Amino acid sequence: MAQMMSLTDAVAELVSDGDSVALEGFTHLIPFGAGHEIIRQGRRELELIRMTPDLLYDQMIGMGVARRLVFSYGGNPGVGGLHRFRDAIENEWPRAVEIEEHSHAGMANRYAAGASDMPCAVMRGYVGTDLMTRTTAAPVTCPFTGEQLMAVPALRPDVGIVHAQEADRDGNVQLWGIPGVQKEVVLAAQRCLVTVERIVDELELRPGGIVIPEWVITAVAEAPGGSRPSYSLGITERDNDFYKFWDKLSRDRDQFTAWMDENVLGVLGQEVPAT
Amino acid sequence: MTAATTEVTAGETQTIVAARRLTGTKTVFIGVGRPSTAAILARMVHNPELILVYESGTIGAKPFHVPLSIGDGELAETADSIVSVPEMFNYWIGAGRIDVAFLGAAQIDRHANLNSTVIGDYEHPKTRLPGAGGAPEIAASCGEVIVIAPHAKRTFVEKLDFVTTVGHGDGPGAREQLGFRGKGPTAVITDLGVLEPDAQTCELVLTQIHPGVDVEVVRAETGWELEVAEDVKTTDPATDEELSALRELLDR
Repeated sequence: MAQMMSLTDAVAELVSDGDSVALEGFTHLIPFGAGHEIIRQGRRELELIRMTPDLLYDQMIGMGVARRLVFSYGGNPGVGGLHRFRDAIENEWPRAVEIEEHSHAGMANRYAAGASDMPCAVMRGYVGTDLMTRTTAAPVTCPFTGEQLMAVPALRPDVGIVHAQEADRDGNVQLWGIPGVQKEVVLAAQRCLVTVERIVDELELRPGGIVIPEWVITAVAEAPGGSRPSYSLGITERDNDFYKFWDKLSRDRDQFTAWMDENVLGVLGQEVPAT
Repeated sequence: MTAATTEVTAGETQTIVAARRLTGTKTVFIGVGRPSTAAILARMVHNPELILVYESGTIGAKPFHVPLSIGDGELAETADSIVSVPEMFNYWIGAGRIDVAFLGAAQIDRHANLNSTVIGDYEHPKTRLPGAGGAPEIAASCGEVIVIAPHAKRTFVEKLDFVTTVGHGDGPGAREQLGFRGKGPTAVITDLGVLEPDAQTCELVLTQIHPGVDVEVVRAETGWELEVAEDVKTTDPATDEELSALRELLDR
């Protein structure tokens, strides 16, 4: 049964120091609000998992939250690099971060395997690349055809966090637009938190909408605007200017720290009462 | 500003040449930046039926603006179908349903293998780049790959610092041996010209130069002894229609 909680309480209860945590959202529905709450609550030594680290993990890495990063594309989509991510890997600032990298196909299949409670996923990929020597992927032979394939281990994060458009009062969630790996993360994680733009009396089913039933969700928290500067289709718009602004601001450690102090640490967690 | 009154930039030519390659294409897989601009331009000028497929899972997107990210709302709102990331890579890319894919890279070698992972040593990189994203499996499984890259010595290198994505591997037969279904890179479109793999050696050969570009400049900006085709062509200049459409698109 999904518990309806405030974002502050949900993060406090679900996320502990040292956990493996996947905050997902493929360009769309990125749970910035929850990530900022993790930063505010001072969580440390997390293994952060995410296909596209994006600005959110740039912020979390720059604030020293991560011990390890598992990812497939560490860029600012359409803009360039991620400067805090780079600074951590190139210069160990503010701390060294261990990395494990994959391709998108590999990460997506790893989540799908986790959701299926399979130990691994079988796919075509990685062969011939230098990634093979730097990651967890191993060749397997198809027992039926003899074809050489690749196995990648399932992802079963301690905590999965995604954002969605809405939930009803029982915690059933509906999302629409680009679905990314939202459903896979919810089902692959040991515990999961879904933050939503709004809580409604009854879900109005939408064409192409994905409903995740409350009985596979640990906690639901209302977090209006909780995906900004990413977006929630139909409710908020992607703030492309912020992505460009971040490219300039985040190049400098001091400017970055000052911005985080003012805009994340200095902001009270959203005390939205449980409904 | 009308097309006829201003000079065509090298970047505009690169985009226009990339768009022309999509004239007879049914489906194209695109990332952001110049490839996206080229594909939208192709829909405007050469191939209104062209199906744009973005990594975010938006199939048949019909953006009016050039999107900043592969997941902009406009792509979802105009798509024929929206699928999850596992579905995109397994059912659509891995199964070989996409004809042409555009890819970029920080480094490319003579066999069109690509690096988008690190410059320098992996453990202690000089520059940490974003990483693989979808590129390895896109290059393995799409019908063919067109690489879009700026022509510079630091990009066109003798040896990659990291093989993120296999183009033609170490030469003839490499792709077959790895079990790849697609043809691999069929063209590298730069701001100076077009390189295509030789049918026998799979090594990139300069087959086309853009108007006003000297072959010696292309050689100087390539980090290996560049083969030049005997009948190297000069790119047809941008037409008024192409140029007006491109500039109008970028002004939107």
